[in-house]
Amino acid sequence: MNPSIRVKTFKIDDRDVSAREDETILAVARQNGIFIPSLCYMDGLTPIGACRLCMVEIKGSTKLFASCVTRVEEGIEVITNSKRLQKYRLRILEFLFSERNHICSVCVSNGHCELQSMADQLGLTHVRVPYRYPIQPVDATHERFVVDHNRCILCARCVRVCDEIEGAHTWDIMGRGVEARVITDLNKPWGESESCTNCSKCVHVCPTGALSEKGKSTAEMKKKQQFLPYLTWIREGRT
Amino acid sequence: MAQKIVIDPVTRIEGHSKITIHLDDEGNVHDAKFHVTQFRGFEKLCEGRPFYEMPSLMARICGICPVSHLVTSAKACDDIMAVRIPETAFNLRRILILAQIVQSHALSFFYLSSPDLLLGMDADPAKRHIFEVMQCHPTLARDGIRLRQFGQQIIEWLGGKRIHPAWVVPGGVNEPLSEELRDRILAMIPESLSIIQRTLGWFKKTLGRFQEEIRTFANFPTLFMGLVKSDGALETYHGSLRIVDSTGNVVAEHLNPSKYMDFIGESVEPWSYLKSPYYKPMGYPQGIYRVGPLARLNIIDKCNTPLADQEWAEFRLLERGSVLSSFHYHYARLIEILLGIERIERILNSPEILSKHVRAFAGPNNMEGIGVSEAPRGTLIHHYKVNEQGLITWANLIIATGNNNLAMNRGILQAAKHFVDGKNLKEGMLNRVEAVIRCYDPCLSCSTHALGQMPLQIQLVDSMGDIVDELKRGK
Repeated sequence: MNPSIRVKTFKIDDRDVSAREDETILAVARQNGIFIPSLCYMDGLTPIGACRLCMVEIKGSTKLFASCVTRVEEGIEVITNSKRLQKYRLRILEFLFSERNHICSVCVSNGHCELQSMADQLGLTHVRVPYRYPIQPVDATHERFVVDHNRCILCARCVRVCDEIEGAHTWDIMGRGVEARVITDLNKPWGESESCTNCSKCVHVCPTGALSEKGKSTAEMKKKQQFLPYLTWIREGRT
Repeated sequence: MAQKIVIDPVTRIEGHSKITIHLDDEGNVHDAKFHVTQFRGFEKLCEGRPFYEMPSLMARICGICPVSHLVTSAKACDDIMAVRIPETAFNLRRILILAQIVQSHALSFFYLSSPDLLLGMDADPAKRHIFEVMQCHPTLARDGIRLRQFGQQIIEWLGGKRIHPAWVVPGGVNEPLSEELRDRILAMIPESLSIIQRTLGWFKKTLGRFQEEIRTFANFPTLFMGLVKSDGALETYHGSLRIVDSTGNVVAEHLNPSKYMDFIGESVEPWSYLKSPYYKPMGYPQGIYRVGPLARLNIIDKCNTPLADQEWAEFRLLERGSVLSSFHYHYARLIEILLGIERIERILNSPEILSKHVRAFAGPNNMEGIGVSEAPRGTLIHHYKVNEQGLITWANLIIATGNNNLAMNRGILQAAKHFVDGKNLKEGMLNRVEAVIRCYDPCLSCSTHALGQMPLQIQLVDSMGDIVDELKRGK
């Protein structure tokens, strides 16, 4: 450990914890076995605070903080679960489900989907906002993989893993708000991408059925994510 | 003065429909129409989806026969991939289809139609249902439940779940059969065989009581169509189409199912969402044909299993040519259950059934694919077109029940003319009109790929267009 980094002590859900000052609340919570829901966060990738599911309360502030991008502070008291947080988290999930076309029963990731299991875990039983049913394309131009924008939640894991781990930076996000969507190269069909190395990392970090291997039938797309911490560790070791 | 009687609920068909019976000035039946009143649009909503998603997507057309859609859709996908699936996968799919036929036929016969057969067409409608059958004929009711369980259990064991299993995939199936599962299925065979033999024995004895119904329940000459093997035996999964006329003569055979558009036309009528397919060479509506259990037993040269062949021979003695009365769909269903059980046993006893090689892999190699199989209710056709990426650009489905549309219409007119007296209406009269529909065991939600709780409604309309009587289920 770098000796210039100091240790902070603070509370999460009334439990005394300590952490390095460069750590995030989410990371410390996980180290201590405290559950904070998240979708865009992935160990080994730079956190971006996109999904907002990991929001927590800090006593003394009316603001909510995305715990994946909030550094620890001396003496703060973090609350990971409250009526208010539950309400917001459910509402976020409802927006995610209503924004595009998530039809679990016919999805390649049915039963292995992080969005689906998160909804189950947080007790989402109904979506109380109207579904948008947007017409979203499916890009099946790649020889081995498919991107189905109907199932994308814009977590940007694909963008980050491609940039930070593979080093290809094939993926990006284009557009704003509900018009935003992931693109390959400069919005070329994936099959025509010159930068894509066909490594499949994006497919395996994708939390839903948005990115999948071609030909996989319903519920057959099991993502393998064990590689990521290992690759990150190897890369860090080299620098 | 127009009177209106509402009997609620009317049940025991799968799906929702309306029948109108038109009377002339004298109060006699002038016309009758069978309306299927809803629309879902599966052919449209699948556009843009990857072809390999189609089996699961199309299985959602129906909760009663999802397996038929699943397998037929997978066959169309095999065609798009241009693969010949492994022999074991071929046989495992056959088992699944046969299990589906057994469970669906058991549902139709025991749950939906046995109340008419056991308690009588004129029985109190409040008591004319499966629960009364359980009271009065507990053995038969239990037999029906056990038989349906046999079929459903096989589907669950093979496919992972009873409704909408995802086990069948383009190129084969996604998991081989284990020895333990095979033995568990085989252990259920003896009981199922004895149930169906007992039921057939009972049913044949009761036929005498239904002579009038047999004579007038959609009893008219039509063509019959279905799949047959190259040796003329009954086939439910793979084969060529054969068409036989009312005298039993083969009108056409060795028809390539993939060329269905050459010989099947699809007409639409303004009063129903269900299209009316017809045999093209004879034109519309003369090209009326029937499919399903009755048709299958009429077109074949043999069943190719010992017990079913005996029953089939006896069945064919009912009439000199083809068996024409749709009442005998019930009889045919029982024989097909017997055949299904025998065939499942035979396929399971071949050692290759345990092979681990059950799936072929390929991308989209053909831009078009057609899958045809025999669903419980008859010939089922799935036809897709894809682009170079394998995304669906067009789809056409002819659902088993749809093939019978013209025949169901003509059938209710025949029964209405015979039984319905507009001046002196009795519930039993209308029940017989409904019972004609029940003979076909139509799956109406399937046939238009329809959604929702639509009522079965029968309207009796006089010559001024006023509704004289009405029977309906639901609100």
